[in-house]
Amino acid sequence: MAALVIRDVNKRFGPVDVLQGINLEIGSGEFTVLVGPSGCGKSTLLNIIAGLEKQTSGSVEIDGRAVNDVPPRDRDIAMVFQSYALYPSMTVRQNITFGMECRNVPRAERDAAVARVSHLLQIEPLLNRKPGQLSGGQRQRVAMGRALVRDPKLFLFDEPLSNLDAKLRVEMRMEIKQLHQRIHSTMVYVTHDQIEAMTMATRIAVMHHGLVQQFADPETVYNRPANLFVARFMGAPPMNTLPARLVAAGSGVNAVVGTGDEQVVLPLPPEMAGFAGREVILGLRPECIAEERRRFGEDVEPLMVEAPVVMTEPTGAETVVLLVLGGERVLGRLSPDVRLRPGERGRFSLDMRRACLFDPKTETLIG
Amino acid sequence: MREVPFTWTRGLVYIVVVLLAAAYLVPLVVVVLNSLRSAQEIAQTSMIGWPKTWAFGNYAEAWGSFCIAQTCTGIQPFMLNSMIITLPATVLSTLLGAVAGYAISLWRFRGDGWIFGLVTLGVFLPEQMRLIPWTIVLRDVGLSNTLAGLVMIHTIQGMSFTTLFCRNYYLSIPQELMKAARIDGAGFFRIFWRIVLPLSPPILIVTVIWQFTGIWNEFLYGVTLTTGTQQPITAALIALSAAIADAPQHGVQSAAVMVAALPTLLVYVFGGRYFVRGLTAGAVK
Amino acid sequence: MRRLPEVLVIWVPLLLSAGHVVVFTAWTTWMSFTPSTLMPASGWVGLRNYTSVLATRNWKIAFDNLLLFGAGFVVLTTLVGLILAILLDQRIRGENVLRSIFLYPMAVSFVVTGTVWSWLLNPGIGIQKLMNDLGWTTFRFDWLIDRDMAIWTIVLAAIWQASGFAMALLLAGLRSVEGDLIKAAQIDGAGPARIYLRVILPALWPIVISVLVILLQFAIKTFDLVRALTGGGPGLATQLPALVVYDFMFQRGQIGRGSAAAVLMLLTLLGVLLPYAAWKYVQRRRAANA
Ligand SMILES: Nc1ncnc2c1ncn2[C@@H]1O[C@H](COP(=O)(O)OP(=O)(O)OP(=O)(O)O)[C@@H](O)[C@H]1O
Ligand SMILES: [Mg+2]
Repeated sequence: MAALVIRDVNKRFGPVDVLQGINLEIGSGEFTVLVGPSGCGKSTLLNIIAGLEKQTSGSVEIDGRAVNDVPPRDRDIAMVFQSYALYPSMTVRQNITFGMECRNVPRAERDAAVARVSHLLQIEPLLNRKPGQLSGGQRQRVAMGRALVRDPKLFLFDEPLSNLDAKLRVEMRMEIKQLHQRIHSTMVYVTHDQIEAMTMATRIAVMHHGLVQQFADPETVYNRPANLFVARFMGAPPMNTLPARLVAAGSGVNAVVGTGDEQVVLPLPPEMAGFAGREVILGLRPECIAEERRRFGEDVEPLMVEAPVVMTEPTGAETVVLLVLGGERVLGRLSPDVRLRPGERGRFSLDMRRACLFDPKTETLIG
Repeated sequence: MREVPFTWTRGLVYIVVVLLAAAYLVPLVVVVLNSLRSAQEIAQTSMIGWPKTWAFGNYAEAWGSFCIAQTCTGIQPFMLNSMIITLPATVLSTLLGAVAGYAISLWRFRGDGWIFGLVTLGVFLPEQMRLIPWTIVLRDVGLSNTLAGLVMIHTIQGMSFTTLFCRNYYLSIPQELMKAARIDGAGFFRIFWRIVLPLSPPILIVTVIWQFTGIWNEFLYGVTLTTGTQQPITAALIALSAAIADAPQHGVQSAAVMVAALPTLLVYVFGGRYFVRGLTAGAVK
Repeated sequence: MRRLPEVLVIWVPLLLSAGHVVVFTAWTTWMSFTPSTLMPASGWVGLRNYTSVLATRNWKIAFDNLLLFGAGFVVLTTLVGLILAILLDQRIRGENVLRSIFLYPMAVSFVVTGTVWSWLLNPGIGIQKLMNDLGWTTFRFDWLIDRDMAIWTIVLAAIWQASGFAMALLLAGLRSVEGDLIKAAQIDGAGPARIYLRVILPALWPIVISVLVILLQFAIKTFDLVRALTGGGPGLATQLPALVVYDFMFQRGQIGRGSAAAVLMLLTLLGVLLPYAAWKYVQRRRAANA
């Protein structure tokens, strides 16, 4: 059964339409990640789900029950905030039990719950401290504890890791993922971080312009982005998008990029033959452009191109190379031992099986 | 703080600052010294001088037996009046202002902007605009010439100030904290009591000091809305100086002035640093 | 939030506090158009109260005095407060004690301030007498009884009382100027004087303006101080609008005219506050857009 259903939710702040018809259906036990550029309304949507903000129109159902007029306390949700929002004047223990205190849960039960959660998160030594005496990572754990102690129907996270340093973020990311695998709760998680989205989500909702652009599992969002926005937003570095003409070649089809001397002809997979004759935007992930010797599979005939290098960015694990292909600048991800210098011409191996085609007018995925 | 090496400019700064401080202390020193000098001694010299004989009796007389407008009870009953007015009005206006400031800043409601604008206006509205209405209201509710009437006035008027200051201070409480509390299931009063109030001491010190000194020192309402034995100390001091206009009693008068100023001076001496700190912690916006 | 205790604790006080401002302002304004004398009376006399108040010598002098007093008090108090703040900002020893000394006059009532300064300034018993007794027989300091100078005694006492408050606000302002800004100026080779003039004081403007406005509305409302220090005299030399209102309402039993004078006071006040509010609004908009 769907744990959370969002139907045609609109939200207007004064003259600004922040959300314009959001529809999501989230299954029980799913880990849904909301991503999108800053200001696209992710927090607003989360607040509406929590009941902290009232939608202008549309409805929210939690566990089959319409909760449009239910106040936050009765929605059976827990939320973790970016700033953690720990009550500064209370100890960690009081912070964790405040929700139960408000619901008049007996003391023995509260103590048991604190014991369980603090063991789970390993914050037992901190229980009698105030938030001001904790490090950023510890605060984050306490904020998690405050949510976990409640055992709610729905967990909401609003960028809970973005105030942590890079190392801690990776650790907490894995912990949250493990936690989800252990307790199987339904979670809605807002983040800016591509990797968090890809690694944690069972499904990703990409938001932009007040709309859900795509709602699918991470692999689909990554490999088959629904439109150019998603293609360019997801992935770091983002997908290369080049205008191309599709020309029939025997039983197959070629993408022709650029004109004159710069022109490059890229054979596409045979199933795209039907698009011959169209102008399209060709999408190619940077990892589909690699050094000459790379093979993308046992029986795959590699496609070789020669192209001038504009710039290289060694990151250690790989080297990102900016090259010019058919007059367009594109990024490739090369093995770090390949040393190319700006201005040189290099030879690159291309994997066209994962190419995407977008309609240049509607910008949606067509093939 | 880093030690700053001595230079001539710094020496000059010290000299200027100490001289200025001495000048600011002159009136206080004069009052204290005069309160210990006899009337004859003052009359023979001037208001500025070191006591030849210590006339401690001035204080006893000012406190308990000096005659002000036919009643020879000293300033003692008027001090008591001021206490009876100031303490409840300070506490009430601070508490109500804190709740109101909390409601306006953290729970947006329809018309909150208007209410807040009016409250702010109340801080600036001259007392002269409210004098006659208050007179009539007091008469109609049967509180004419009573201390309770002044308590009511100072509570209602004082709320303007306390609401303004608390509201400005509470604006710095993050909205996410409020959201977390609402999800935890806390209501209006529980959030106030358990989360907002524990964060409030800096601003409450400011409002309490401000209200206490403001109400204690208030004169216009005291002199127009009360008479005789119901008057607060400020009105009594003026009556006292009128009473001795013909036969100056500067020693006793100084003692009375000193006693009248003592409560607020003590409040400042002990609370002053918190006052400045709280004022700068966000009350001025 | 629709429950009874909430209504009682929030709405009743809030409405009383906001409501009395509206109702009383309207009420006094209405009385200023009635022929009220000893008691409020109904009837309509149009602007007659206003024209007669504006025509009295009392009001004219009071208003002229207000201009003089207001300008002198506001400018000098801010200046003194600024000097004190800059001096205290020099990381000197005993800052806490000094700050308390400059601030303590604020704790005492205007009645006390007025009384004490009336002694000090009274030529018969104050500073002049002391100097004469000490042998400087030609020393004269008799502003208190000098019609032309009496208003400055009020300014003097008021500065003594309020400059500590100005200092506290300005000191807070000085201390809140960003440290990096000062470091940048130091690296640019600016000396302490230049840093104050070119970096810190310009950043202090918003607080200076706030201080000016607070002091100005203070000046417009000044009543107790004059009552205790000069009683408005000698003659009408230190008469101020607040005293004129009191005089009309309670000494002469002319509530209608007193109300008109009170409304004129309010208008003067609004003349200061509205531009200030507008300025604040523009500033906030600018900050929001930046
Ligand atoms: N209370 C409000 N009043 C007016 N506008 C608001 C309010 N809250 C949010 N907005 C606007 O709504 C839009 C969406 O805000 P929201 O906080 O949901 O964005 P977000 O996707 O969470 O961004 P971020 O990634 O930066 O957190 C923004 O343009 C914001 O300015
Ligand atoms: Mg957000």
